[in-house]
Amino acid sequence: MTRQRLVVIGNGMAGCRAIEEILARDSWRYEITVFGAEPRVNYDRIMLSPVLAGEKSFADIVINDEAWYRDNGIRLLSGVAVTAIDPASKTVTGAGGVRVRYDKLILATGSDPVRLPLPGADLEGVVTFRDLDDVEAMIAASAHPGAKAVVIGGGLLGIEAAYGLVRRGMAATVVHLMDVLMERQLDASASFLLTDALSARGVETVLGAQSEEIEGADGRVTGLRLKDGRVLPCDLLVMAVGIRPNVALAAAAGLAIGRGIVVDDQMRTSHGAIFAIGECAEHRGVAYGLVAPIWEMCRTLGKVLTGDEAAAYEGSLLQTRLKVSGVDVFSAGKFSGGDGCEDIVFRDAGRGVYKRVVLEAGRVAGAVLFGDAADGAWYFDLMRSGAEVADIRETLIFGQSVTEGLRGLDPSAAVAAMADQAEVCGCNGVCKGAITGAIVSEGLTTLESVRAVTKASASCGSCTPLVEKLLKLTLGDGFQEQTGPKPVCGCTRHGHDETRRRILAEGLKSIPAVMQALEWTTPDGCASCRPALNYYLICAWPGDYRDDKQSRFINERAHANIQKDGTFSVVPRMWGGMTSSDELRAIADVVDKFAIPAVKVTGGQRIDLLGVRKDDLPAVWADLNAAGMVSGHAYAKGLRTVKTCVGSEWCRFGTQDSTGLGVRLEKFMWGSWTPAKVKLGVSGCPRNCAEATCKDIGVVCVDSGYEIHIGGAAGLHIQGTEILTRVATEEAAVWTICAVTQLYREEGWYLERIYKWMARVGLDSIKARIENPDDRRALHDRFAYSQRFSRIDPWAERVAGRHAEEFNPLSRRMEFA
Amino acid sequence: MNALVKDPMSWTDVGAVTDIPLRGARRVPTPAGVIAIFRTGDGKVFALKDACPHKGGPLSQGIVHGHAVACPLHNWSIDLATGEPLGADRGKGCTPVVPLEVRDGRILLGRA
Repeated sequence: MTRQRLVVIGNGMAGCRAIEEILARDSWRYEITVFGAEPRVNYDRIMLSPVLAGEKSFADIVINDEAWYRDNGIRLLSGVAVTAIDPASKTVTGAGGVRVRYDKLILATGSDPVRLPLPGADLEGVVTFRDLDDVEAMIAASAHPGAKAVVIGGGLLGIEAAYGLVRRGMAATVVHLMDVLMERQLDASASFLLTDALSARGVETVLGAQSEEIEGADGRVTGLRLKDGRVLPCDLLVMAVGIRPNVALAAAAGLAIGRGIVVDDQMRTSHGAIFAIGECAEHRGVAYGLVAPIWEMCRTLGKVLTGDEAAAYEGSLLQTRLKVSGVDVFSAGKFSGGDGCEDIVFRDAGRGVYKRVVLEAGRVAGAVLFGDAADGAWYFDLMRSGAEVADIRETLIFGQSVTEGLRGLDPSAAVAAMADQAEVCGCNGVCKGAITGAIVSEGLTTLESVRAVTKASASCGSCTPLVEKLLKLTLGDGFQEQTGPKPVCGCTRHGHDETRRRILAEGLKSIPAVMQALEWTTPDGCASCRPALNYYLICAWPGDYRDDKQSRFINERAHANIQKDGTFSVVPRMWGGMTSSDELRAIADVVDKFAIPAVKVTGGQRIDLLGVRKDDLPAVWADLNAAGMVSGHAYAKGLRTVKTCVGSEWCRFGTQDSTGLGVRLEKFMWGSWTPAKVKLGVSGCPRNCAEATCKDIGVVCVDSGYEIHIGGAAGLHIQGTEILTRVATEEAAVWTICAVTQLYREEGWYLERIYKWMARVGLDSIKARIENPDDRRALHDRFAYSQRFSRIDPWAERVAGRHAEEFNPLSRRMEFA
Repeated sequence: MNALVKDPMSWTDVGAVTDIPLRGARRVPTPAGVIAIFRTGDGKVFALKDACPHKGGPLSQGIVHGHAVACPLHNWSIDLATGEPLGADRGKGCTPVVPLEVRDGRILLGRA
């Protein structure tokens, strides 16, 4: 069966979620292309408020990193805006002229923030609150001492923006047209309490205020003038007045448009092969701007596009929670009553609690909770199920635990009392039964594993405490046991540190010996623990332990990097990034001789030969060896590259011989195995051309000597290094680097990069060891001893015939039969 | 073996069991693609098409543990006896099992 072509326009939450829903049901049906106008991977937009407030980082809110696209074979055209859709020829055209044909097309173009057409709206310092660029602009503005912000719009988003800016140290005022904050979710009483609570947190509110003009000077905003003549001075003006579905593309393609792109219950637009989901879509006259309905739309579309034509989205009941720390606000359904409705209200002035449950025809029709929103999910469940509540009416307002006779003394009892169908995670539609079921059947013991398997609490995170309670409740004492260190893997209850301690203390010198002594629960471990144990044993017993090749990942077994098509890439070592005409000539000859399809320069100043057949590896290495080149270990959890700049040898700014130091370090350290890869950089001056300050270990040469840095990262996480120490001589730099590498080799958990190790044990503990002369010497000496057994070219060994069975087929007798 | 009963399968001797490292695998190329032959820690031998049901990764290059192999591309765990993914990826496709017999320490691969 040939695969159908699925094109998704929009790399936001809706587009990616729809793909996940499809892949979860049928990972093979479609060849998927995604157009994303933003040059970023997919992130959780509802978490921008915590990012603004400094409670989360961008890395925390990434939903699908680059690996997700790669692993799922999705082609991501990032930074490519779509310019046209042609439903007749079923093609999508992107900026720059790229044309992609589709069998099915999903529009997930989202929405644009509304910008009020006020005079001065184009002044610098006027922003919306929609994407990461907005957040970055807001954070930048908040960096100026004494800076003031005005937020137009007292809805959910405007309040979260103002709160975030106050947390960043700004004075913030919310200006709202209506007399009630969040009037689409709150009644006047709750709004009053919210106004107070915000004021206590430094957010001022001006209600019933119409904005007239944005004032500015020298092209920058200076204040907002209201219709009544008042002027609110500000350095930043945020417009958070709503969103407008992004329909331009769909309209140009002739699709039916209302407020959004009109879709039916199968999320199909007026054109049969084109679907729309998320904030750009209009379903039964409603365009949604909250995440839960969007997830429901994606689920329906996932079913429809994998063959379940009967699946239908029938609209969503909405619930809202405000993400302002310490202000518990919940709202759902008809919160303000009306004809035929009946209110039950509870207030506790001392605690600042206000609850209002609206009944209609003996059923819950809506609720507003302020100050204590713990029962929000319960009311929402009652509302959705349409359950008769006449017989619990008297205690309904006191919440679930009281109503169900549990007196509210034990929170676990309330969780225990929840029905299996009760929804725990509103974002992802996960009910209690699905979570407890997964905990039992998959043997889950941690919050992370529950998130990975069920997605519960993986979006906004507000149900995290509930999920944790479910874990405790389901596992009982079993959960208590897991409060210790994280086990190496599912084969053992021991953590990494304990395993390593006992290897040394009990003199365990083979993988079976470790598994026996530490009571491994599987016969020969798994693909997680075996490579870890192999490394721990190599590190503990240099020269003594016999490496177990079958416990190594293929790259370290074949001494090359496996590629998606099963071929390998080969990277010869170039000491400190230096090469010569002879080496380059030899590389060119190898490329020609073995018809190597791709040659690439790497970020670590090496040359990568891609697409080499496994059978050819020994012969390729033989030719490279003959020209004096050895393995670059580009595949190793070990020392990779030492990147250098040209330093004082050539550069007019160079303060020391950075190239020489880099070559010296690499010649001493090459071949060493470490918990995870180790990349070094040596820069000859603080201009830092070798980018040493985002390496695992970096050296920045200065006039007075050498700054030794550690703990940088420049992958999914971007993190600058911290200064470990400063030394005066090249000799001392080499010593220090060897010592800290050895400390990492001995303390780092397998696959834990230096920056993660540093975060776990603390820079101070590393500094203390390195600054102690006895410790430093002992560490250096252990590294030097270990290197006596490591600086052996694995390529040369295999050229000479070692492990020939790794590279040759077992038999060629069936090759042509 | 009963020589009078016609064996519907034709068998090819591809080597000795001991040619495969314990907890390892070797490859046998055929016109229909590569076959991966595994030898587990307890000495049993299995044969599968050398392609993970996920993205076609070469299973022969994976880490063999228990009666399973971890695909080198994305770490799916494949049951060597059935070719089916284990754990979280259970039910997502299957790698074809190749008929195999061990006679007198020799590995015979079958073709119907």
